[in-house]
Amino acid sequence: MTATFDTTVTRAAVEDFLYAEAALLDNWQLDEWVTLFTDDAHYVVPTTDLPGGNPRTDLVLIDDNLLRLQSRVKRLNSRRAYREFPWSRTRRFVSNVRITGGDDRSVHVEANFVVYRVRDGVNPYIGRYVYRLVPDGESFKISYRRAELDLESLRPHGTVSIIV
Amino acid sequence: MIDTKNLIVDDREQGMFRVHRTAMTSDDVFQLERERIFDQCWLYLGHESEVDKPGDYKRRVVNGRPLIFVRDGDGQVRAFLNSCTHRGAMVCREDTGNARVFQCFYHAWTFNTKGEVVAIPDQEGYSPCIDWKERSLRAPARVEGYRGFWFVNFNPDAEDLVTYLAGAAEYIDLIADQAEQGMRVVDGTNLYSTRANWKLLVENSIDGYHALPLHQTYIDYVKSIGGGLKPGGLSVGGGLDLGNGHSVMVSEAPWARPIAHWEPLFGEDAKEEIEQIRAQLVEKYGEERTFRMADQFRNLLIFPNLIINDIAALTIRYINPVAPNYIETTAWQLAPREEEGDRLARRLDSYLTFIGPGGFATPDDVEALESCQKGFETFRELEYSDISRGMGRVSGTTDELQIRSFWRRWHAQLEGRTPGKAITDIESPGLAPAQEGAA
Repeated sequence: MTATFDTTVTRAAVEDFLYAEAALLDNWQLDEWVTLFTDDAHYVVPTTDLPGGNPRTDLVLIDDNLLRLQSRVKRLNSRRAYREFPWSRTRRFVSNVRITGGDDRSVHVEANFVVYRVRDGVNPYIGRYVYRLVPDGESFKISYRRAELDLESLRPHGTVSIIV
Repeated sequence: MIDTKNLIVDDREQGMFRVHRTAMTSDDVFQLERERIFDQCWLYLGHESEVDKPGDYKRRVVNGRPLIFVRDGDGQVRAFLNSCTHRGAMVCREDTGNARVFQCFYHAWTFNTKGEVVAIPDQEGYSPCIDWKERSLRAPARVEGYRGFWFVNFNPDAEDLVTYLAGAAEYIDLIADQAEQGMRVVDGTNLYSTRANWKLLVENSIDGYHALPLHQTYIDYVKSIGGGLKPGGLSVGGGLDLGNGHSVMVSEAPWARPIAHWEPLFGEDAKEEIEQIRAQLVEKYGEERTFRMADQFRNLLIFPNLIINDIAALTIRYINPVAPNYIETTAWQLAPREEEGDRLARRLDSYLTFIGPGGFATPDDVEALESCQKGFETFRELEYSDISRGMGRVSGTTDELQIRSFWRRWHAQLEGRTPGKAITDIESPGLAPAQEGAA
């Protein structure tokens, strides 16, 4: 079946959205960030040894539906997520943004990223994003957000305590 | 030479147990551990399902040695030092795969999966006196398995694995028996690290005392999705010394367990299926054993550095000490081979909410351990940590008997003493299962 999607969506519009999203995360505006997601959204981070991992059959690092994503935000906003209290500094670089296709609801997007986490040293998370973005007025909602890490392991990072 | 005697203060009359913090910071202690503990004990290598087919291999690091964990062409599980007997290059250069031979990329010496030399370029250039059998890939002194869990031992005179496992073997049975067709390691591995001493993660993995203060956000989350932690559940149980340094923390599960304890968190759809699995267990093993398998959970330590967490999911956690202040941790998820579809998805979901470096709890454990390690820099002024909780009473779920039994074994081995018997009966005469693990 040929995918029919909104071909009027431009890369520039997608980039604007991704940069704005990155700014929200770097500013720790998580309450605002989590409103970018659709009700049926998923946020997935596969393990480092299986970047193609499927959360239903494989162990992954993160597989959040909206409810768990909201809980993750609530946790990170509390003073009891000790790995992130006080918050680390993060700085995100999103590039090589491409619209790779789409379906009748969303535009499929891929991009490269480096997310630096700075606390007790500097640890970069390097990888590739896969997004499904649902056009929503002048902007988008995220129905799928997947961060595949190029790292061989979470060493010496230790954890994925931030949103990557 | 370091004075090891005062690294532990074990005063049963005063009910006081302390560990000197240089045990976590000293290079000398770390070297001594390598020789007197890790070179003497059975160390975890991998699970049989990771090398399911002939030729399947995984690379591992065990007590500093790069190893190949492989199933040979005849189906036998083996382990080899990953170093060419010619000049030393690693003959296996990928973390996972399937091979008929391991060919060194440096001079192309080639070995089969039994480790035997099968091809040497320009072999006639070597003296006829060379014993090519002696040039086989070298294996660790001992390689043995129990219920699918494979271990190596670098000491040729070590006791056999089952004897070594002592009371822990029965706890491995409780886990292995949850599967009808055997357990398998699920694809996807948590490879992470902590900038802390390895013994801190051992303690943390069998420590019930820290759960409430450190993991409040996880508990809040479970409550918020209607998974209500049953009041009282966590208060039943305690720690057991299983002999030879192995120990376990056992309690009643206040959370859902894929095998086989239903809670609202799993949803009504899953209720019938999970109760059916439980009924099958009762039929096979009886009510009492099923209660232990399904309704209790356990954090099992296989001395010195393997943890099997049978909690809301089933996790193998291998702790690789790299330096006194740095560990590499690897965690795998186990699941019954017959489990698929929604059942498997539920298990994986259970795992993610809590355990794992992206979960709602493990990141805070990592933070706590790293914080302790930094705090230990004060060891000149503040010498000892306290592990006395629960001494002189029947061990409860927030007591530390199971941690003390680890430290007692650790200390005896470090000092080259003959380790004592399992001490559960001495510390806690009233605890019913106390004799189970007595060596």
